[in-house]
Parts: sequence; C-alpha cells; structure tokens
Amino acid sequence: MEEILKKPDFDSDGSILVFERLCKNYRLGQVELKVLREIELTVKKGEYVAVMGPSGSGKSTLLNMIGCLDKPTSGRYLLGGRDVSLLDDDELSFIRGQYIGFVFQSFNLISQLNVIENIEIPMYYQGVSEHQSAARAKELAQMVGLGDRLRHRPTELSGGQQQRVAIARALANDPLLILADEPTGNLDSESGADILAILNRLHTEGKTLIVITHDEGIARHSEREIRLLDGRMQKETQER
Amino acid sequence: MLFFRVKKTVKLGIKSLWIHRLRSTLTTLGIIFGVASVIAMLAIGEGASRHAQEQIARLGSLNIIVKTAKPPESQTATSAEQSLQEYGLTYLDAERFRNGIPNVQVVVPVRRLSQQGWYRNRKVPVEVIGTVPWHLETAPVRLLTGRFLSSVDLIYKQDICVIDESVMDKLFAFDDPLGQDVKIASDYYRVVGVVSTRSPVSAGNGTEQQAETKGRAGANAGNIYIPLPTVKDRFGETTVQLSGESGMSAEKVELQEIIIKVAGIDKVIPTREIINTLLGRFHKKNDYQVIVPLELLRQARRTQRIFSIVLGSIAAISLVVGGIGIMNIMLATVSERTREIGIRRALGAKKRDIVFQFLSETLILTFAGGILGILLGSAIPYLVTYFGNMPTVITPGSLLLSFGISGAVGVTFGLYPAYRAANMDPISALRHE
Repeated sequence: MEEILKKPDFDSDGSILVFERLCKNYRLGQVELKVLREIELTVKKGEYVAVMGPSGSGKSTLLNMIGCLDKPTSGRYLLGGRDVSLLDDDELSFIRGQYIGFVFQSFNLISQLNVIENIEIPMYYQGVSEHQSAARAKELAQMVGLGDRLRHRPTELSGGQQQRVAIARALANDPLLILADEPTGNLDSESGADILAILNRLHTEGKTLIVITHDEGIARHSEREIRLLDGRMQKETQER
Repeated sequence: MLFFRVKKTVKLGIKSLWIHRLRSTLTTLGIIFGVASVIAMLAIGEGASRHAQEQIARLGSLNIIVKTAKPPESQTATSAEQSLQEYGLTYLDAERFRNGIPNVQVVVPVRRLSQQGWYRNRKVPVEVIGTVPWHLETAPVRLLTGRFLSSVDLIYKQDICVIDESVMDKLFAFDDPLGQDVKIASDYYRVVGVVSTRSPVSAGNGTEQQAETKGRAGANAGNIYIPLPTVKDRFGETTVQLSGESGMSAEKVELQEIIIKVAGIDKVIPTREIINTLLGRFHKKNDYQVIVPLELLRQARRTQRIFSIVLGSIAAISLVVGGIGIMNIMLATVSERTREIGIRRALGAKKRDIVFQFLSETLILTFAGGILGILLGSAIPYLVTYFGNMPTVITPGSLLLSFGISGAVGVTFGLYPAYRAANMDPISALRHE
C-alpha cells in the first residue's frame, strides 16, 4: 500500500498504460471463454485513444481491465509504470480513485446528491479535506459550465448537463487517465457534441483520454484508434 | 481526518434515510418500542419490587411477628351451646417469649380493635392499638409532637392515647390535638402525642396499615395507640357477634399480635424455629401465624429477580424483532442501491468504506430509535404511576442496558447487509438496472 501511494514514475518514454500480452478468460460452466487474447498496448501521456469494436469484441472487458475493476488472467498491466495486476482489492480501489477518471454512458451520478457532492465523491474516498474538496468541486463545476447549478440534483439536470457533472467528477483527483465508456451514447447529437468538445479541450490541455465506443464519429476526434475483434487487437490507425 | 469521514458518512447516512422518511420511521419504530418496553418493564418491575420490599422492611427485618389467626372451623366446636370461642395468643405466650427465648430484645404484645373515633361531631374509623411503650422500637413510628406511651401509663391504666397523622388530619383539622379528648366507644381518651407512620421515603399514605393489618379493619383507618391494660379494661377480651340462625357467637382473644425483636439478623431464623416449637406445644388449635419479614424480604427479592428476567426477556425479544425489521429494510436498501455501490466502488471506495456507509445508516436508525425509545420508555412509567397508581422506578442501569442493546442490535443486524453491499462485484453492480 505504501508503494502505490507514491507519485507514479513514468517510464522514460512517458507511458502511462502498458498492456503486455494481457489475456482475460471467463469460465462459463465447462467452457473457457477467451475474451481478451494477448493484448499489447501502450498509451503515452497526453494521448487521445479510441477503442473501437462491435459488441462482443471484448470492449467492455478491456474497459474493466483499464479501469482496474477486473484483473487479467495472464499478462501484465502497468499503470504509471507499476504493475497493478497483482494488487489486492483495497489497493485497486485506491488506484481507481486516484489515477482513473471514469465517464460512463449512463452518467452514473448518485441521485440523492447534488452536483457539488457528486463531484466530491472521488476526493472523499481519497481523504481530501472537506474544505479543499468543496472548493475543487466548485471549480470543476464551473469549468464544465455548471457554475450556476451547484445545488441541483441529477434529476433536475438534462442528460448533457449530467454527463458534464460526470466529467467534472472524473477530473476531481487529477487522474492519470480519463476512461470514457460511450460518453455520448445516451445523449442527443447536440449535447453529444458538447461533451466531445469538452473531451477535446481536455486533450489539448494535456490530459490522457481513452474513449471506448462503437461510434466512428467519436473515434474521428481521437488521435489514435484501436480496433478489437474477437478479443484481439486488429490494427492501429496512427495520427490522422 | 477520521472525524471528518465519520461526520461526512453520518451526514450522508441521514440524507439517504431522509429520502425514505416513511420507511426509516417505520423501521425505527421497531427499535423504539423495543427499547421503550425494556425500560418500562424494568421500571414497573423495579417499582413493584421496591414497593414490596419497602413494605416488608417497614415490618422490621429484625422482627418476628406472631399473629392470632382464627382456627379452621373443623377444629372448633360449633355446637350451639358452646358458642364462646377462645383462641389466639395470650399474655402467657408473650411472657414465654420474653423469658424462654435467648437473643430477644423486646417483646411487644399488641391488641387491635376496629372502632370509631369521635371528636366533637367529627367521626373517623380508627384502629385501636393496645400496646406498650417499647412498641416504638419495633415499628418505624416517628413522634411528631407530644410523647408516646410510658410505663406509668401502663401501671395506672391511664385513659390517654397517641394518634397518628391521618387521625389528626381527619378529626382535628386545624386544632391542636394535644390535651383534647377523643371518644372511642363510650370512653374518652386524652391525646398526649402525635406520631407519623408515613415512611419518609415513600409518599404513599397509610402503607404501614396495609402492611401490618392486611385484611383487618378499613384500609384507611388511622391508628390510635392506647396503653394495653387500658384497652383490656375498657374493651374486654370478648367480642360478641350476632350471626345467622345460631343467634349469638362470641370470641375471646387476649392478644392479636406479638412482635418479637431479636438482637441480630443472624438470630432471626433460629429464633423463628424456637417460637414455632414453643407455640406448637401450647397451641393445639393452630390459631396463630408467624410472619418473618426478613424471609418475606428475601423471597420478594428472589421473586423480583425472576420477574425482571422474564420481563426483560420479553422486551429483549421485541428488540430483536425490531432488529430483524431493520436488517430486512437494510437488505432491501442495499439491493435497491446496487448501482450506487458500483459507482462508489469505481470511484475509489474500498470495501470497508461501503461497510461503514451502510453500517452507519443502520446505527443511525438504531440510535435514533434508542433515544426516542428511552424518551418513550421513561414516559410510560410516569403514566403508569399516574393513572395506574403503581410505583415505578427507572434505574440508570436500565437506560444504559436498553441503549446498549439497541446499539448491539444495530451492529448485529447491520453488519450482514453492509458486508453484502461491500462484497458485490463492482462490474455487475455498475451494470445493475
């Protein structure tokens, strides 16, 4: 635990995320289901990566892997230069809260909390003081354009606004990478464009983004596309 | 840091409970009634026991009281010719007790009669107690004014009396009773003193009477103490009753009661044995009854303990039922909030954070229930005392006990739902609809 509390030291080339021959199998009764097969992937600081693939290609499993919600069956996962595939549940919780900012398709805000309180959640679990976290949450809410809705409940916000709260929440602990799962999937095209604009802005500010989607339109915003098919990485489209 | 987290968690807990106000209230009711019933039952039990123990203690734990009892009908001749029944304790018995038993401090022969006391045109039912000066040593009687009976009164068979407070209040109201004459039957007795038979502890009126003369006279009759020889002369020892077809029947009883005070607590039981032996030899008719307050006291304490355990168990069961209700609701809450749990886990919550969150909600419910239950449980005994005229005693121990139990119930029945919440798979929790 002490070790993971230290500030991450990046590989000399600035790799934030490295997958080395990463595999994930699920057992379904007698059958061994190979969902991810020998994934090799490196994401460097400041990159904007889109993970594409049809349903059933292993996108969700890859998301769970990157998000430290699940452990690989074999292979290594280095996050910020550290092998996280061997950590226990508490340590993984810490990693999730500290180094990963989640943005979900269905926003996943907590309905009984208001905007500020929702943004504060990751800071609360990292033990940020109440005073600091309130100030930071307010700042983030203003940044995503919700400065006038701090006390609103999620149910009082539009879908686009809710997703903006979720982005602010993902940024709360200044994570190593922002992991977005179909961030515009539940939004109309206008709000979706808003969200993509915010993600673009974060990218230009130097944040590392991984977006998982099957929407080519979104993927076009990224600088790098990874395609998955049947648990294998297909090809990479570098810099357009 | 820790304080801040606790504060924040509690705040969050209250918030989520507040969203389901009705559910939370209904859930808490189980605990409220559980705690309240523990406190109320223990208070009523304790009150009843103290009341009983006080009454017994007023009889004097060093005393042994021998009472005259009417012998069973079968043993007495009921033929028309022999209509005079002679039974009961005698002066000779008192003499035997005084001389024949070691460790006896005082022996008080007592004669009791139910009469009417008159002063001017006021009338009050009284219990005439013919006794001796050392009666004071065996009874919790406090002299308020004047003097008690003296040996001189005995020798000269003075027509004097000492009245108790209730008689004073009813007969004399605002007059000074000292030196006035009270008329009982056809004779006048000068009041030389006033005593209080009320216990300084219990405000209950006339408790001594209830204890001393259970089943005799009117429960509300006041006591008038008159020298024993005077009573013997004035009232005689034979009471005549007109009864049914046989016409008249008479009873001759010398003494209604003999109070024996022994030298120490450890002498009470052996002395009782001697008294039983003595009486058994001289009274073939079984016309007496031996009362040992100390034994009654011990018996009362034993009974009380069992009583408390039974009441406490019933109340504790209701607390457990309340706890199960809480667990039920918390399990429902956990499955309802599966998605929230998934979100929190994804955002960095450790398992123990989730445990803490749900456990704190349960604890808030049970502590709120505990506090409200204490308030309700403290109010019930007052109502029981007020309307039911029953003494109740709330002990700090019962408050602590019930609060502790409610806390324990909270932890016990909160842990399982909390662990269930914490051990959910974050991935499937996030996907939960």
